[in-house]
Formats: sequence, C-alpha cells, structure tokens
Amino acid sequence: MSRNLAKLPSNDEVSVTVLVSVGQHPVTGRLRRADQDARALEMAMGLSDAEPRVIYAGPLNDSIEPALRGYLGMGVSELKVLRQSEQNDIVPALSAFLNATPSSVILCGSRAELGESSGLVPYQLADALGYTLVANVAVIEKVAASQAVVLQALPRGQRRRIEVALPAILAVDSASPVARQSAYAKATRGFINCVVSDTEEKDATNEWHYAPARKRPKRLKIIKATSARDRFKAAAAKAEGAGGQVLTSVTAEEGAAAILKVLKEEGVLKT
Amino acid sequence: MNDIKRRDPRAEWILRNRLHPEHSTYALTQATGRLSEWIGPTGVKRKNPHLVGFIGPAGVRRIDRSGAQSNQQNTVKAKVDIDARRLIQIDGPSAYIVVVPELPGGRFSAQDKDLFGLAQQLAAKQSEATAVLGVILSPLKDTELGDVGMDRVYFADESQCSEYDPETHLQQLTAIEREFNPLYWLFPEHTSMSADLGRRLSVKLKVRATSHLWQLDLDTLMATCRASGGASDLYRPVSRVIMALAECAEPVSDTRHEARVIDSSINAADVIKRIRNLGAVSVDPAKVALSEAEFILSGGKGITNWDAFHQLARSLGATEGASRVAVDDGHMPRDRQVGATGTWVTARVYLAIGISGAIQHLQGIQACDKVIAINTDPGCDMIKRADLAVILDSSELIQSMLDQLQQSQVEVQHVA
Repeated sequence: MSRNLAKLPSNDEVSVTVLVSVGQHPVTGRLRRADQDARALEMAMGLSDAEPRVIYAGPLNDSIEPALRGYLGMGVSELKVLRQSEQNDIVPALSAFLNATPSSVILCGSRAELGESSGLVPYQLADALGYTLVANVAVIEKVAASQAVVLQALPRGQRRRIEVALPAILAVDSASPVARQSAYAKATRGFINCVVSDTEEKDATNEWHYAPARKRPKRLKIIKATSARDRFKAAAAKAEGAGGQVLTSVTAEEGAAAILKVLKEEGVLKT
Repeated sequence: MNDIKRRDPRAEWILRNRLHPEHSTYALTQATGRLSEWIGPTGVKRKNPHLVGFIGPAGVRRIDRSGAQSNQQNTVKAKVDIDARRLIQIDGPSAYIVVVPELPGGRFSAQDKDLFGLAQQLAAKQSEATAVLGVILSPLKDTELGDVGMDRVYFADESQCSEYDPETHLQQLTAIEREFNPLYWLFPEHTSMSADLGRRLSVKLKVRATSHLWQLDLDTLMATCRASGGASDLYRPVSRVIMALAECAEPVSDTRHEARVIDSSINAADVIKRIRNLGAVSVDPAKVALSEAEFILSGGKGITNWDAFHQLARSLGATEGASRVAVDDGHMPRDRQVGATGTWVTARVYLAIGISGAIQHLQGIQACDKVIAINTDPGCDMIKRADLAVILDSSELIQSMLDQLQQSQVEVQHVA
C-alpha cells in the first residue's frame, strides 16, 4: 500500500484537480508546501500521466510564492492562483471557478496548516458543487469513468474500502504516501498563473483572534473521598484494576478458552 | 428485614439527657451497637466514641475507620450502601443539546464521555430545563447510558445503524434537527465517523462549526480552539455545531441520568447513496505502529518459546509488544518495547504473557481498556491491574490457544 494502485485509463475523461494551500513548518514556522496537500498532489500525479491541474486560492505575495513553488518542484508546470485577500473566504471563489471548469476528481488535504484550519473547506466545496465527499483518504485504488474505489484511513492504522460515485472531492489523510521531494530547478521553471483576483466577500470573523498555542493543562486526578483514610489511599495507591477476574487452578484449555472468549467479545478476534 | 434506618427522637432525647431516669438503660441498648452516632438537635452529627470500635488484643479499644475490621455496626452499614449519586430526571425538557458519540468498538471512548460532560455543563447553564440527547448511530455494546450523562437517547433503526454511512446518518441528524431544534450539536474531533458527520451537518445547516475546541468558557461562551494545524489558539464565540477534542471537559461523575429512549419516530428521508462502504480491509498488524495498535500481544520474561509467541500473534492478528526484559535479552527489537521507557500504548485490548508488571510497564499501558494477563505468580502487579488473569505456565497456554484457534478455523472452513 505504499503507492497508488490506480492508473487512469488513458482515453477516459477523468480529469484531476488538486487544491493546494500554503503550509507552515511546525518547528521553525517557515512557510512551505503544506504536507497533506503535497500528499494529495503526489496521489494525483500517480493517477495519470497527464498533468493534474493545481489550484491555489488565497493571498499571494513575496513570502508565499516560494512556498507555492514547492508544489511546482514536484513536477507540475503550472499552478493556477485565485488571488484573494487575507480575510476573504476562499470557498466562493473556488466553487465559482470549479463550477465553470469542472473536474471529476478533486484532491485536497484534510486540514490547512495556517489560519483557522478547521478542515471545513472540502465539505463546503462539496456542498457548493454538489460533489460527493470522502474524508481521510489514504490510497486511491481504482478510478473509472463514474466511480472510484478508495481506502480510508481509520484511527489505529486501520483501513476501510469505500466506493464513491464521481464527481467527488477526496480529502487526503496524513496516512497517505509521503510526497516526493521538491526539485529546485523545476520549482523555478514552473509558472504561477493568476487566474482570478479578489471577489469581495467579507467574513464575520472580526471577533476572532489568534494567539500562539498554549500548552494544554494536564488533567488533574479528581479524588472524591469522604474520609481522610480514603484520600490517603487514593493518593498512595498503585495502579489497580477494579477487581478483575483471576482464574487460578484451571487447565490450559479452560484458560485459553476464557481468554479467546474475552477477545471475541471485544471484537478484536476476526475469526 | 427492612434496611431503612429509622430515627427514634425520644431515644435520642433520652440519650442526650444524662439525668433522665431511663438514660442508663438506653445507653446500654446502644452499647450493643446500634446508635453510636446520631444527628443532634441542630443537625450536627454527634458521635459517642465509647460505643465505636472494638477491644483489641492488648485490652485497648481500637477504632478502625476503614471498615475492614469491624463488628456488627459496619456490616449493617455495608448493606445500605446505595448509589450516592443524584439521579436527575428531566420531564418535558424545553431544549436539547445533542451529542453524537463516536463509539469506537461499540463502547464510549474517554473523549465521548468528556463530550457528554461538556454537554451537561452547557445544559446546566441554560435557564430552562435542557436535556442532553445522545444519538447512537453505530452498534453499541455499553449498557450504562445514564452514567455517561444522557438524559435522552435516540437509537438509529437497525437498517440504518452502521459503522460508516455518512449520507444516511446525515439524513437522520437533519431529521433530529427538524424535530428538536437543539441548542448545540457536539461531535468528537479527530474521529473517523463523528467528526466527518459534524462537518457535513454544519455545512448543511449553514453554520460555521467550532472545530478543534479544547476549552469553553461557559459564562462568556468563548471557545478556545487549536488552529493553524496545532500551532496557534483561536479564541472565538462558540457556534451551534461544536467539534471538541479529548479532555475538553470533565466527564459526568456525580450524577446519574435516566437515558430515556425517544420513541417518537424520526422520519429521515431516504437518500440516493453515492458512497458505498465495502468494509474493513485487513491490515498487516506487524506494520501498525505500536502506539496506535488496537490489540497488542506482549511478551516478557516468562516466555520460553518465542516461536510459539510469534505464531500466536500471527494467528490472533495482534501487534507484538514486549517488556523491557524481553528486549534486553534480545528476543524482541527495541521499537517493540512497551512502557514508560519504551512506547506508551493505547491499545483497546492488551494481552500480557509472562509479564509481572514493573511500574514503568504499567504506566505505559495506562490507556489500555482491557488487560488480560497470563502469569505464574498470582501476587504480581500485572495480575492486580488485569481485567482477566490466568495463573498458568505461558508455554502450555500459548500452545492450547494455538490449538483452539486452529480448530475454530478448521470449523469455519468446513462450514464454508
């Protein structure tokens, strides 16, 4: 499951669009290509030999451009920019553009690395365009003209296979294959093409303000004891289960059967 | 006999009044162990220390407050040990707060319980009677719904109850929205089903969801959310749809709730399904990271036959772990070490074979739900921690588990 298993049939009209954003390095804070978006682009490049369409919506300035070139360095020649001011909601602009030039598969990251990063953009887009949405995609297994089969990443490293009708938006999870490195020469050669600029639409986010992340307070162990002795016991106690079942003097068969029964009840034993 | 303690005001009055002619007789009846403490006239609890405890071997009166070593008084007390938590019943609530728990493995996760705690805190702040409604959309194994903090509970129909079916589930949620018009919708963040549903619902309701919430000021209703992919905090007024992270509030612990099932039928419209769930895909358990594995088979010093151990892990479909001793002895690689000095695991089921449970190891498995231990020493700490413990030699038990697994596989093949 390291790479995409799917290849698009060459004569098919399945076009692929990747929506990218600007990311931020978690430690240094430098702007870079966003990790999940880069994975989405990697996935799209594995789908077909034809080049995927890459779209960025948002502000564009001297500090953002090198970060966007990170995507060009992965091997695409052009990046379309829907230029917006910083406060603007990007969804109306994106949906208007994608409505005019539709695409049957739209790939994007699940969550941005800058701003609110609520992970709502794919959902809002899917709603505006009337596309199907699948979140947390790890691998695209098959793409046909009207449907695709994808693997969805679940917690605990599990996967779920999903068949989705096209056109669809697939939000890519961090469990998907790592993106290729960005080549500097390709990055400088690529074009950043401004297609649309600002559509005035202000957000109702005046009351919002950002601050560097505070460390979350550690949850305190709340001791509800009525007597001093209980409080002391709670403070001094070692980790203890609340009276588990202990099977002594059983045969190996009985013990094994008891354990397998519990495993089946918990649903971890598939057979 | 009736267990309810009844007050005898006259007897209490006589006991207080030492000059009463019958005082000595009443004091004597008390010495048999009935009334060593009583509520005084001002409502203060009074105790007679001469009447509690027992005479120790040295002839000195001893008082053991733990209740472990007592005479008849405490046995009566233990019988009357009823649930001290308040039962909260809300008849005809005027508003609702809805929680959609994730229910991984059919059980309430710690995050689900935190969300119910947050919902109850929000409900308590409302001026009118507000009920917390739990919406159960996937199969549920837990039975104590009231303890979690549900006043009302809605179960999806069996046909619509599944692990992943966002379109049908969304229809049900919108039907609930029409029916109850809840004040808030709460979803656990970073989950595969609920967080996805919450986002779908917020878009459908045209509400800008409060995502990644980790703190909520109940007075000002200002939410603190993790933004910028975790690098910053966003302070904003809370919206109707909330996706909250784990430990956003304390779970419900002082109160019990009735968890009344809503029987009024909720008519969810049918949808044309464009997403089809083809089921879980088997993942090689050996490739799953130890910290996020769901089922871990862990071995320690008590294992003599490591080949059988590996075989058992394969046939159980478990991820392998080990104690520090097993790693130091070279039986397992270092990245498989469980414990404070290795990996902190979060498995739902942890099967420990031949591990006695050093404190570092027990710290590492703190987050595990079900611990099963196999050990020869019945007094070791792992046995105390375990939900199920088997006192046996590991090699015999592994062998018979392998046999039984093989047998059941053969049976399945015969049926097929």
